[in-house]
Amino acid sequence: MKINDVILRTITKVVVFIILTLGVYLFFAGHHAPGGGFIGGLVLASGVVLLYLAYDIETVHKGMPFDFKKVAALGVLLATGTAIGSLFFDVPFLTQAHTYIDAPIFGKMGFSTVTIFEAGVALTVVGVVVTIILSISEDE
Amino acid sequence: MLQVLYIFIPMLVAILVPLLYKRMNNIHTGWFVLAVPVTLAVIYTTYIAQVSKGEVFTAELPWIPSLDISIISYLDGLSLLFSLLITGIGSLVVLYSIFYLDKHKEKLHNFYVYLLLFMSAMLGVVQSDHLITLYFFWELTSISSFLLIGYWYNRDASRFGALKSMMITVGGGLMMLGGFVLLYLMGGTYSIRELIVMAPNLVDQPLFTWSLVLLLLGAFTKSAQFPFYIWLPDAMEAPTPVSAYLHSATMVKAGIYLVARFTPIFAASELWVWLVTGVGILTLFWGSFFAVKQTDLKGILAFSTVSQLGLIMSLLGASAVAFHANGSVDTIKFAAFAAIFHLINHATFKGSLFMIAGIVDHETGTRDIRKLGGLMSIMPISFTVAAIGSLSMAGLPPFNGFLSKEMFLTAMLALQKFEFFGFETWGALFPIVAWIASIFTFIYSFYFVFRTFNGNYKPEQLTHKPHEAPIGMLISPILLAALVVTIFFIPNFIGNTFVKPAVQAIQPFLYDSPQAVDIHVSAWHGITPELLMTVGIIIVGVLLFVALPKWQGMYQRFPQALTLNNAYDKIMQGLDVGLNRISRRYMTGSMRHYLLYMFSGITIIVIGSLFVKDAFSISFQGASPINLYEIILIVVLLIGTAITILAKSRLTAIIGLGTVGYTVALFFVIFNAPDLALTQLVIETISVALFLLAFYHLPKLGKREERMRFQLNRAIVSIAVGVMVTLVALSAHSQKLIPSIAKYYEETVYSLAGGGNIVNVILVDYRGFDTLFEITVLGIAGMAILAMIKLRMNRKENTHENK
Repeated sequence: MKINDVILRTITKVVVFIILTLGVYLFFAGHHAPGGGFIGGLVLASGVVLLYLAYDIETVHKGMPFDFKKVAALGVLLATGTAIGSLFFDVPFLTQAHTYIDAPIFGKMGFSTVTIFEAGVALTVVGVVVTIILSISEDE
Repeated sequence: MLQVLYIFIPMLVAILVPLLYKRMNNIHTGWFVLAVPVTLAVIYTTYIAQVSKGEVFTAELPWIPSLDISIISYLDGLSLLFSLLITGIGSLVVLYSIFYLDKHKEKLHNFYVYLLLFMSAMLGVVQSDHLITLYFFWELTSISSFLLIGYWYNRDASRFGALKSMMITVGGGLMMLGGFVLLYLMGGTYSIRELIVMAPNLVDQPLFTWSLVLLLLGAFTKSAQFPFYIWLPDAMEAPTPVSAYLHSATMVKAGIYLVARFTPIFAASELWVWLVTGVGILTLFWGSFFAVKQTDLKGILAFSTVSQLGLIMSLLGASAVAFHANGSVDTIKFAAFAAIFHLINHATFKGSLFMIAGIVDHETGTRDIRKLGGLMSIMPISFTVAAIGSLSMAGLPPFNGFLSKEMFLTAMLALQKFEFFGFETWGALFPIVAWIASIFTFIYSFYFVFRTFNGNYKPEQLTHKPHEAPIGMLISPILLAALVVTIFFIPNFIGNTFVKPAVQAIQPFLYDSPQAVDIHVSAWHGITPELLMTVGIIIVGVLLFVALPKWQGMYQRFPQALTLNNAYDKIMQGLDVGLNRISRRYMTGSMRHYLLYMFSGITIIVIGSLFVKDAFSISFQGASPINLYEIILIVVLLIGTAITILAKSRLTAIIGLGTVGYTVALFFVIFNAPDLALTQLVIETISVALFLLAFYHLPKLGKREERMRFQLNRAIVSIAVGVMVTLVALSAHSQKLIPSIAKYYEETVYSLAGGGNIVNVILVDYRGFDTLFEITVLGIAGMAILAMIKLRMNRKENTHENK
């Protein structure tokens, strides 16, 4: 019997973007409002999982040709990299720096190495969660 | 410094032995080894002149200076005598072993490495002035002796004997270490010399008796005293050179040395006198009595060694009596002299007897005395040596055993004349037991030599055709037998050169210098009680020896169940079985049992210390008011928990768990923790999904839906754990010792970290190190799940690695 899941797929197409946007928002809001790398990563991962639920693995893989194991590895590398990077500036391991600049269009903007660290956290979470779910679902 | 290095010469040469064995295999390795004890003996001979005048030589090699541990070589009369015995008898034994061990059939490199190791260890024991290094060398003798007894390791009896001697001597060695540590605690120094100087202050210390008993346990186990002698007869499985060297002349005398060395410290104690003298005399009797039972040549010699060691030990005990005597009974002074003198004599005649036993074994193929006999005309030289050794052992003139036995009887007779420590009542027993034991000594000495060499020749029972041993094998026993006779004629030379310096070391409280020891040994000293006793020994001994076949059968009636060997076997077996049973009782392999142990253990410890330390307190100061939402959430939480525990179906339990999780997320909401609430919601969703997955894949067979069984012990432990956590939480809340550091975060979150979300800033900035490793944990978990699923072996194949 062929299952007709056109409603699911149609809704998914819309909802996934909302979820991914929310994830990105949570990620960037983290420093000043609830959110952050961990939650952002989880929400992004749930968006991906929703895609996998609505479509089969091959289709999603064609659209998003990432190897999520490598995404996780990249995340850990980023986090460790910012930590080690601080050593080059003669400050203790994992010292974070931040600054504010006046950008021409956006006005006052804060930049911080914390964001790179958080990106590492987020990528690790996305990578690990998707890897776990994919590997379990591929198992017979 | 050089003097310390002498100790290590054998050990250093031992490194070269395998090389020599492999490269120069046409020459017997023993020839190279022989140079070591001979050189050392020559070196130590050069000390004799000065040491016999009362000088001492010390040398120190720092080992662990920060702990005050150094290797101190201390050569006085006693250590020098032992060093000469070790190197002298060592030379003869190595010479003997060259002819005894075949260079093609035997693993000579093993043998000589062990032997040289032993030689170093033994020299270290007798020369060490430092308690810890003394113990170090002491255990090294146990280990090398273990290796030597088990030299023929493919024989069951060798391995059994080696293990038995190891268990007993190392056990005693550990006791001795305890005694040493107590001595250090009392005296504050590891040096034996310094301890002897402060001996009068040690007597009244509470630890004194403990250290005395522990030290004696070490000495008694090593010197095969009652009831620890049982390892010595089993150690006879070693090659005969080893038995001659270790188990007659050197290692078994380490305990004697220890007792002699520590006599100045402990002689003041009544317990010491009674233990050393009593155990010694008991061992003397016991060993001589059971020596007559043996049918194995080396068995007889083993029991005879036990008995002679008991004799020396009892004499050392008697020498401690002299500490209290104050010149009232002069003849007790003979005790220490006789002990050392007999020690020398025993080393000479017992060494030669062991070598003869080895020759007989080597030439006839058996050591069973029932198969031997009539070898006198076939092996005349061996017979002569054996006769000299045995007659000396029996205490007959003109051999050195006679002199030491006379002095032994003198000392034992003197014991009954004292009027302290209960000697006035029990002292009379000593000469009587000594006399009976001497009769048995006489019997087994004759039994040994005449059953082997006299009587009927039984060629049909022998595997080899017997003939006289090669001359190389005979050199060592002949030299020793010659010494036996020589010492009889020049006892005072030996006495002045070797014995008196040693006596002075044992009894520094009596003599200032070796010359002050006013003892003159004479072979004929008139008609004295001890001479009459010797005559009695000879008459009764000869009579009993002639009648031996009539009464030897009584040994067979002695019940096997009551022997000490049986007790040892039962103890070892009982320990094995009993400990196995105990561990099998609690190591059930069931995770539930282990969890029960852990939880009850933790609960008992925590609740116990809460109340023992009086740390429990309740105070609601600073507690927030409870509002309606919280009550509602708590009710929901309790319901969820109850469902999880009491649910009949697993699915319900999972849902119950989910309820708990979401309620916790709601708690985070009302307690103002939005980050936590977000995370908790997502994570709870994922874990419930994973639970459902696990549930879905449960095997059909065991998937019976039934309620968790109620078990009282588990309920009690769970409730106890709950109570524990509650009590700890209440106490911790009620007594806050220091204020929270949260204020610092609040103040600096924007100025220092440039953020607004404290939780997140703490996670990534203030304490980003934790986060770094948490994501690592997450990464590892993902990797592990992937690995478990992808790298699973195919169930049909590869289940066995070897396929």
